[in-house]
Amino acid sequence: MDERGSVNLTIELNAIYVIVAREFKKFIRERSRLISALARPMIWLFLVGAGMSRLVRPVEGVSYTQFIFPGILGMTILFSSIFSSISIIWDKEFGFMKEILVAPVSRFSIVMGKALSGTVVSTIQAAVILLLLPLVGMSLDPVTIILVLLVCALVAFSISSFGIVLATFYESYESFSVIMNFIVMPMFFLSGAMYPVKLLPQALQIVSKVNPLTYGVDALKHLMSPIREGPMSPDFPFLTDIGVILLASVVFVAISSKLFERKG
Amino acid sequence: MDRPPIIKVENLVKKFGNITAVRGIGFEVEEGSIFGFLGPNGAGKTTTINVLCTLLSPTSGSASIDGHDCMKQSALVRKSIGIVFQDTTLDKDLTAFENLSFHAYLYGVKKTEIKGRVDEALKFVNLYERKNDLVKKFSGGMKRRLEVTRGLIHRPRVLFLDEPTLGLDPQSRTNLWEFITELPRRHNVTIFMTTHYMEEAEVCNRIAIIDEGKIIAEGSPVELKKTVGGDVIYLSTTDNEGSLEILKRTLGLDASIKDCELYISTERADACLPELIRTLADRVLEVRIKKPTLNDVFLKLTGKAIREEGAGATDTIKEAVRAYRRRH
Ligand SMILES: Nc1ncnc2c1ncn2[C@@H]1O[C@H](COP(=O)(O)OP(=O)(O)OP(=O)(O)O)[C@@H](O)[C@H]1O
Ligand SMILES: [Mg+2]
Repeated sequence: MDERGSVNLTIELNAIYVIVAREFKKFIRERSRLISALARPMIWLFLVGAGMSRLVRPVEGVSYTQFIFPGILGMTILFSSIFSSISIIWDKEFGFMKEILVAPVSRFSIVMGKALSGTVVSTIQAAVILLLLPLVGMSLDPVTIILVLLVCALVAFSISSFGIVLATFYESYESFSVIMNFIVMPMFFLSGAMYPVKLLPQALQIVSKVNPLTYGVDALKHLMSPIREGPMSPDFPFLTDIGVILLASVVFVAISSKLFERKG
Repeated sequence: MDRPPIIKVENLVKKFGNITAVRGIGFEVEEGSIFGFLGPNGAGKTTTINVLCTLLSPTSGSASIDGHDCMKQSALVRKSIGIVFQDTTLDKDLTAFENLSFHAYLYGVKKTEIKGRVDEALKFVNLYERKNDLVKKFSGGMKRRLEVTRGLIHRPRVLFLDEPTLGLDPQSRTNLWEFITELPRRHNVTIFMTTHYMEEAEVCNRIAIIDEGKIIAEGSPVELKKTVGGDVIYLSTTDNEGSLEILKRTLGLDASIKDCELYISTERADACLPELIRTLADRVLEVRIKKPTLNDVFLKLTGKAIREEGAGATDTIKEAVRAYRRRH
């Protein structure tokens, strides 16, 4: 900040960088977090997927396991982004948040730093999950892989910023299970990850449509699945998906920046 | 004061719902000094610091640091202060070095300077050898030292220390105080500290005593101790009655007999003691001097000792009466 107290870009960028770097270091260091983050999608893919494949016949040569692959990517991003943002609650509880809040850094940069932290760790995990593609008999060309990772990053950013909004409402980590059971799990099941949104009852479809993850999973289906007709086809146009994800990101970042400004 | 005060607080009020934590306090802190903010638990010390460091907005009143308004120019204020909060704010899953370099980045220290400054800061508190250890492996005293030195990395004008010695053993406390008292000179920084250990406040240039959200006394330690009267000399002699006569007649001292001892209250014990002993000569068996402490100051002003943790029955009643009066 200069004499007038206006924003100094270098300081803001340094702050964003160091917030992301901290999250990245901790992510690499915590082996258990890394392992459980990768085990969860595998369990869903291979146990639930394999079981359900017996019930659901392949459509246009696409097995159920292949159908849920974009959804499993979405789930990976959902859990790791929320987890990353929810760490704000830990930071509040253990005091580290105060260290960040008394720094001469705009609240917007703090929010961006946190949202990008979630984006980075989630996209890395998504990339690791993509390595499983051959195991479910799928292959994608390099351009599509890059597009998939780009979409993953966008989805991760929007979910992370949503997570920050959530985190501003809670003060202690006991709220973690509340968030997991009443927000994250429903978001997962109502995202079209495991079954198409269009097959849901009307009331639940409405909930699905306000769920940002729905559009992320849908965009990934566009990129990864050849099905364009019938119940297993994508629910919205690709550009609509991307538009909604971007809009959601802007809205959540704006809300959380405002909430961070708030003082007691 | 020739220079304008570096911290200026006027009529500061902070309410949390129907709790009034700070009730219209005001004070000024001179640049380069050590200012002590003393008071018992719940007095409003931390609340005041939180307002000064821009984490809380006050209900009314004003506060400024280095000429910057704590509400309107919070970014400039944040840049000129360093803080050691009452509860630790280190990331225990990062190393000592990482905690400090995180801080340096956050305060916009030039990239090329970060490593040098962090190393220097670690050496300053004798933690350089442990720089790559995770903070969760540190003892309480080491963590405290790390936090103090972290608060100085960006070269602030004012360093806030909220109960810096809380939970430390006597030796670590002494070490930390020696370190802290050097800071104004070595780092050209003003210290604003809170404590409820009255003895620790002796190092301050000025002290404000706060109780129940109000400042009840302010001054240098010497000035404050004067308000509770001078020193007391306890004297036992071979012949107390006779000695009493001599002390009163010949030396004109304010003496009396209490519990088989002579009790003399005087402005300065060291000044009259030589003469006293010379006069009484062989009669003297034992001499004790009691100098007033800041704790006596607090006791006199509030009728309770500052470090009383659990309030006794009478205090609870007093508290209830006070609360009742406040409401009516
Ligand atoms: N966030 C808050 N919400 C409600 N009340 C608060 C809050 N913070 C402080 N208080 C109240 O304000 C009063 C002053 O608290 P404060 O923390 O400033 O005291 P303190 O002097 O720092 O005490 P201690 O020596 O115990 O740290 C207390 O009665 C406390 O309960
Ligand atoms: Mg306190």
